[in-house]
This record gives sequence, structure tokens and C-alpha cells, in this order.
Amino acid sequence: MEENRVLHGGRLLRYNFRERLVHWVAGLSYIYLLLTGLAFWSPWCFWIAVILGGGSVSRVLHPWVGLVYAASVIYMLGIWSRDMEITDTDRKWTQSIGAYVRNEEEEMLPEHAERAWQQWAPVDRFNLGQKYLFWTMFWGGIVLLVTGVVLWFPERAPQSIRLISILVHPIAFLVTLAGFIIHVYMGTAIVRGGFTSIIRGEVTENWARHHHRLWVERITEDAAARK
Amino acid sequence: MSQATLRITKISGHAGAVPGSNMSRDAKEKQVCKMVDTTTCIGCKACEIACQEWNDLPFASTSFNNTYQTMPDTAWNFWNLIRFQEYQRPNSDGSKTFMWLMRKDQCMHCADPGCLEACPADGAIVQYSNGIVDFQTDQCIGCGYCITGCPFNIPKLNPVTHKVHKCTLCADRVSGNLEPACIKACPTGCLHFGTKEDMLFQANRRVQQLKTHYGMAEAGVYDPPGVGGTSVIYVLHDATQPELYGGLPRDPRVPWTVKLWKHPLKWIGNIAIIGGVVGTFMHYLRYGPKIVPEDNAKGGH
Repeated sequence: MEENRVLHGGRLLRYNFRERLVHWVAGLSYIYLLLTGLAFWSPWCFWIAVILGGGSVSRVLHPWVGLVYAASVIYMLGIWSRDMEITDTDRKWTQSIGAYVRNEEEEMLPEHAERAWQQWAPVDRFNLGQKYLFWTMFWGGIVLLVTGVVLWFPERAPQSIRLISILVHPIAFLVTLAGFIIHVYMGTAIVRGGFTSIIRGEVTENWARHHHRLWVERITEDAAARK
Repeated sequence: MSQATLRITKISGHAGAVPGSNMSRDAKEKQVCKMVDTTTCIGCKACEIACQEWNDLPFASTSFNNTYQTMPDTAWNFWNLIRFQEYQRPNSDGSKTFMWLMRKDQCMHCADPGCLEACPADGAIVQYSNGIVDFQTDQCIGCGYCITGCPFNIPKLNPVTHKVHKCTLCADRVSGNLEPACIKACPTGCLHFGTKEDMLFQANRRVQQLKTHYGMAEAGVYDPPGVGGTSVIYVLHDATQPELYGGLPRDPRVPWTVKLWKHPLKWIGNIAIIGGVVGTFMHYLRYGPKIVPEDNAKGGH
């Protein structure tokens, strides 16, 4: 049985302390990697490296911070791998993804929808978009780690491996950046309450029921069984 | 930025135009060139010593590997290496001629330099109007991308300072109207220095001589077009097999992955990044946030 996630006063523990901590270790290290990476990506962004202590400092720190990022996504895999599995419920949810993007969930609640297939598919702890984000950042992180180690020690790796890495590293960067932009946008601007939940860990039951009904049902049953 | 008095025509990792473009100082704008006639090199290594002395590089210890080669490879503090190879050249009558092939290996100063293409640091690599490709060590960030971009395996990292170094074609001497140090030291006249035009003329004349007087039908000039030609050219006994000369690449080019990364991928990436940011902003304007109604009424979350 998982830890008790039902708190006093109708609030739910969406993210416990270590989940929040690892999220921010990953998030802040990614932001540093993104900024220094952008400096190396384009001459028009090289000023970022100048602000962050100069090109040489950025070159020295970028790989080490990369190790921190890689360690944090591997740790996330350890704690979230079960929550991140893509299930049949998720496949049903994809039918309503357009409505989700247009903020039309209300119209798809059972009392509004005319046909069953038009109904909003309930979501467990993470919705499919969150799961895709996780797997993008995880596998992207692994690819960035492997190619990054090659670029870290240019005189140790054979030329052919370096030539592949020099191309794959920025491609993997672009893929993760797409995930990162959408994630930051949704977490701060779109899903109100989401940002607080990853800082303080708590959400209201009402919020959770709206966004993650199956999760609420699961943890409240758990809490009841615990009594 | 640069210590030399020459005009710069290309700058690595630089946003915008090269300062001073569209200007001309004719006398110093002609492409310079070293011509290395491998057929007259005796392997004396005077050029190696001259290079070390002029550039004030320390004499490094080396290992003996049963050849007449000073070092296994060029190094961050050893820019000029005579590569040595024993070779049995097949003759037309079936017999073989034993040869010592010696080639002066150093930066080739490509017209289309892969190191400069790959370099992300503003102003760390420049190409002067006379064709010299020069590293500006104070701007170097030590990423090593130039090592990957170079088809001749020339740039080498100093492991302590994390800066790359290579032959400068004695840009300091050349800009003072002197020949490079290696040229000055050569006792056999195997090394020549002048404009690219003159050196090509001389190299081709030597090739004709080798063909007509020495029966070397395969003799030729090495000036690889894949990198737009180089400011170091070789006369080879056998230009059909450049690999024999210590692994001189047959058709060197700026690696295609570097080209793909620096051109199409960069543009696709830039458009995607800007598109992503603009797209999310447009989405917010059009659809706005997801607010759980009751929560909002309670004034939070």
C-alpha cells in the first residue's frame, strides 16, 4: 500500500517531499542546461554564456549539471514508473485530447455529452500528456547523456561516434525543449493549481477530482482501507 | 581580437556580419600558401625544430617506435610533424622500389575550414583574407568541437588549460612579410612559400618534371577541392594514393553531420523554438487557463 495521501481538511497530497525535490533538481538543472546549451547552439545566444560566467565556465559546468539532470530523471523513473505506464484509459483519453486543448472538458461531462464516446475519459494520477512529457524528458535525457559524454571528451572518442553525437545531441535537445515549453506553459499558465501543487505538494479534492478522478478514487479507497 | 595585422574574413560562432567586410587592402589580400614537395624531403626535422622555437613551445618527451618519426602524432605543443612511412612501390616490370615517404603534417588552412564551421565560441577561430585559419586562444572555450569538425585531425586540446592549439601558418611572421619558420629552416628547398597562385604553378611544374624525367606517372598535386582547396599543398610521388603519406585523406570534406547540424537543423530548430513559444502564447490568448470552478470561488488553487 502507498503512503497516505489524504490530508486533513479535504486536501490531498499530490506530490510528497522527495517528488517535489527531484522535480526541482531536474527542472533547475534543465534550465541551466538549456541556457548554456542555447549559447552553444547559436551565436545569437552566446551572450547567455557570457552572463553565466563566460564560455569556458559554461563548457566546464554544462556536462556536470548534465549528470545531475540525468541522475534526477533516472530517480524519477524509479519512483514514477508505475504511474507513468500508458494504459487503456489513456488511449480512451486521446479521443478527447482536442477538447482538452480547447478547455471544453465541461461539455464532455456525463450530464452534457449526448453519446458515450463523447464523454470525458477519467484520468489517473497523470494524464497522457504528462506521461508523454515524462518519457520524452527521460529518454531524451538518456540520449543527451550518452552523446554528451562523447562530446565531453572529444579526444577519447572515435571521430565517427563524435560526428553522430554532434548531430544527435542537438536533435535530442530540441525534442526535450518542445516538451519543456509545453510543460512550463501548462504548469504555470494553463492548469491553475498545478504550480502550487509541485511547490507545496497539496491540492484540493475538488481540483484533483476535476483533473485526476481515478487517482482521487484510488487514494481515498486506500485511506479508507487504512482506517 | 586578433593579434595579427591582417583583415579577418570569417569568424567562428559569430552573430552578424564580420567587422570590416566589404573592405579591401589588396597587397595583403592574396592567398598565401605553403608548398611541400614530399619528393625532396630528407626527413631532417629542421622544420619541426624551427616551429617549436619560433612558437616558443617546450620540447616534449616522445617514444621510439622504430621509425624516423619524432612523435606518434601532432600535439597541442607540437604542431609540425614529419610523418614517416616505408613503402614498396611496384614498378612496371614487376619489381619493387623501396621508398621512405615523408610528409610534413600540420594544419592545412582549408579555404572551407571544418573547425571554424563547428566552433560555437564567438571569435575563437578566424580566417584571414590571405587564407590563414587562426585560433584565438583567449576566445576559446575548450569545447573541442573543432577537433570533430576537422577532416585532418589537427586541433589538439591542452589538457590543463582546456584550449586548443595548432599551426598558425606563422600568421605573425607572414603579416610582417616573413616566410613561416618551417620554410625558413628547410635545407633542401622542399618547402616553398608564396601566393597560392605561384605555389600551384611551381607544384605543377615539379609534377611535370617527375612525370617526364623520373617516370612517376602518378605524380600529382594535393590541393583537395572538398574543402575548397588548402593553403598547404603537397607534391606527391603518387597522388592516386594520398593515404600512403601518413594517412592523408583522399577526399577531405567538412563532415556532413557538421553541415547538417549547422545549417538545416539550426534553421528548423530555430523556427520550432520560436514557433513553440509563439504557439503557447497564441493558445493562451485563444483558450486561456483551466480553472476548476468551485476552487476559484473559494479563492485559490
